[in-house]
Amino acid sequence: MKEQPGQIRIFRKKHYLGKYILITLVVAWFLVLTMLPVYGVIEGTFKNGWHIFITSLVTPASKHAFLLTFWITVGTIILNTVFGVILAIVLVKQKFKGKLLFEGFVDLPFAVSPVVAGFMFIVLFGPKGWIGNWFEMHQIKIVYAFPGMMIATLFVTLPFVAREVIPVLREFGLQQEEAAYILGASKWQTFWKVTVPSIKWGLAYGVTLTIARSIGEFGAVLVVSGSIINKTQTATLHIHQEFTDFNYAGAFSAAVVLAVSSFLILTMMQFVYKRKRS
Amino acid sequence: MEPMAYGQRQWKNWVMKNRLLRYFSSQIDNLILRSLSFFYIGILIILPIAALIAKAFEGGMASLWSNIVTPQAIYSLKLTFITAVVMVIVNVVTGTATAWVVVRYNFPLKNIMNSLIDLPFAIPTVVTGIMLVNLYGPNSIFGAWLGKYGIEIAFARPGIIIALLYVSFPFVVRTVQPVLQEMEQDMEEAAKTLGASSFNIFFRIVLPTLLPAILTGAALSFSRAIGEFGSIAIIAGNIPFKTQVASVYIYGELESYNQQGALGLSVVLLLCSFIILVLLNLIQIWSRKHEGTARSN
Repeated sequence: MKEQPGQIRIFRKKHYLGKYILITLVVAWFLVLTMLPVYGVIEGTFKNGWHIFITSLVTPASKHAFLLTFWITVGTIILNTVFGVILAIVLVKQKFKGKLLFEGFVDLPFAVSPVVAGFMFIVLFGPKGWIGNWFEMHQIKIVYAFPGMMIATLFVTLPFVAREVIPVLREFGLQQEEAAYILGASKWQTFWKVTVPSIKWGLAYGVTLTIARSIGEFGAVLVVSGSIINKTQTATLHIHQEFTDFNYAGAFSAAVVLAVSSFLILTMMQFVYKRKRS
Repeated sequence: MEPMAYGQRQWKNWVMKNRLLRYFSSQIDNLILRSLSFFYIGILIILPIAALIAKAFEGGMASLWSNIVTPQAIYSLKLTFITAVVMVIVNVVTGTATAWVVVRYNFPLKNIMNSLIDLPFAIPTVVTGIMLVNLYGPNSIFGAWLGKYGIEIAFARPGIIIALLYVSFPFVVRTVQPVLQEMEQDMEEAAKTLGASSFNIFFRIVLPTLLPAILTGAALSFSRAIGEFGSIAIIAGNIPFKTQVASVYIYGELESYNQQGALGLSVVLLLCSFIILVLLNLIQIWSRKHEGTARSN
């Protein structure tokens, strides 16, 4: 039979045409949906010059808000790293009744609406709540104060570290740990010299996700904090406040700062993710 | 045989004792670690949920029900589900297409685009809201142009859907992408040589393999959508019977010190979260089984 090169070429051409149409559509959708808004907000902020950008960022309320976000993030990183690793160790190495249910609870914060989460903490830690009652007697404020905001942020970021460490621990940790243990290493030696190096990048990835979420958390913190200016207002709450007060310059400037920091975090995520996979 | 030397015997005793000591101390360590994690999960997750549910049922089922079936609450629930479903449908198509293009094709700046897909996860939702208002709001160039043709985006339903599309864009892409990467192309090639059309190849071979991942991505996006608050509160505002979704309704009730009113929808949303979590686990089990049978065949 004679070859029909022409036909094959037509078939290929059609195939490539479809491919380029698909690439164009996907890239266009991606650019319009996710990139255009970022470009728009940066353009909108700087079209009137740097001056307004700087002056709206150095107001006392704005400085206080960013500082508060910083401290909440630091506290969240510390507590959720420690407890996240403990949770991962318990879930990987130990067997107990109701473990599956327990594991399900660890995932729950991803599924719960932030507003509902904030509401739960008001009910539990509010002056009339089961736990809040006790703190109220000892004159410690939790809801509408720093501790409540901290708790809300801990809740929404809780699964990140545990979820990232669990698979790594399952894959590498156990056998090497047992070997170290049999060879006579102490608990702490085993933990620092065997466990930590093996979970290092998974942990780093989880921490990066935690940072991103705790800087960006809004709903849960808004409900728990009551959004009191110069007192319980984080950066995201500050943006919301400026927006509802029609002070768009202030809202846009703070939004650009957070958007730029998200780009930095994203770069960090990519870097850590590559290390984690290799 | 020669009897053991004194030193040797003592050494053996010491090792035995030490092993016992190590065993008991490791049991105690395990207990401490387990109690710590139970404490943490208990105080941050289980107790708050229990407290909310207890408070919701304090006044009995009837009063809880009456808080759910007010016209405003029903409207906001309906709006939440409709916008979420529309978003999920769009997201499944665009997300699968994006994963396909990123895995199968090469084009300039692909790697940068691949990293930027995660951006919506990194950007705070409030910032998303601000960015979208800036782009689609009535005072923006784009928004004003659409307004001339009577199309409202900000402070209307399309705004909610766009915000949801933005915040949940990575879910489907990031669940489908790894499966597509792992997938062998030999079946597709076999089908092609046997003369199957691209349409047939996609729907008979590619799609069934990707289905569990697509469903997982869809469930994750849906769960995010029914709980989303920050971006919607800014782009759509809080207009009852127009743009008020469930989470915004709950916030409104809390802001006007009406905790009773907020309880009804909170319980409904919480129930949805539980159901979605169970569904996600079922999808995982199902896909594992599916994989197992495919392999044994």
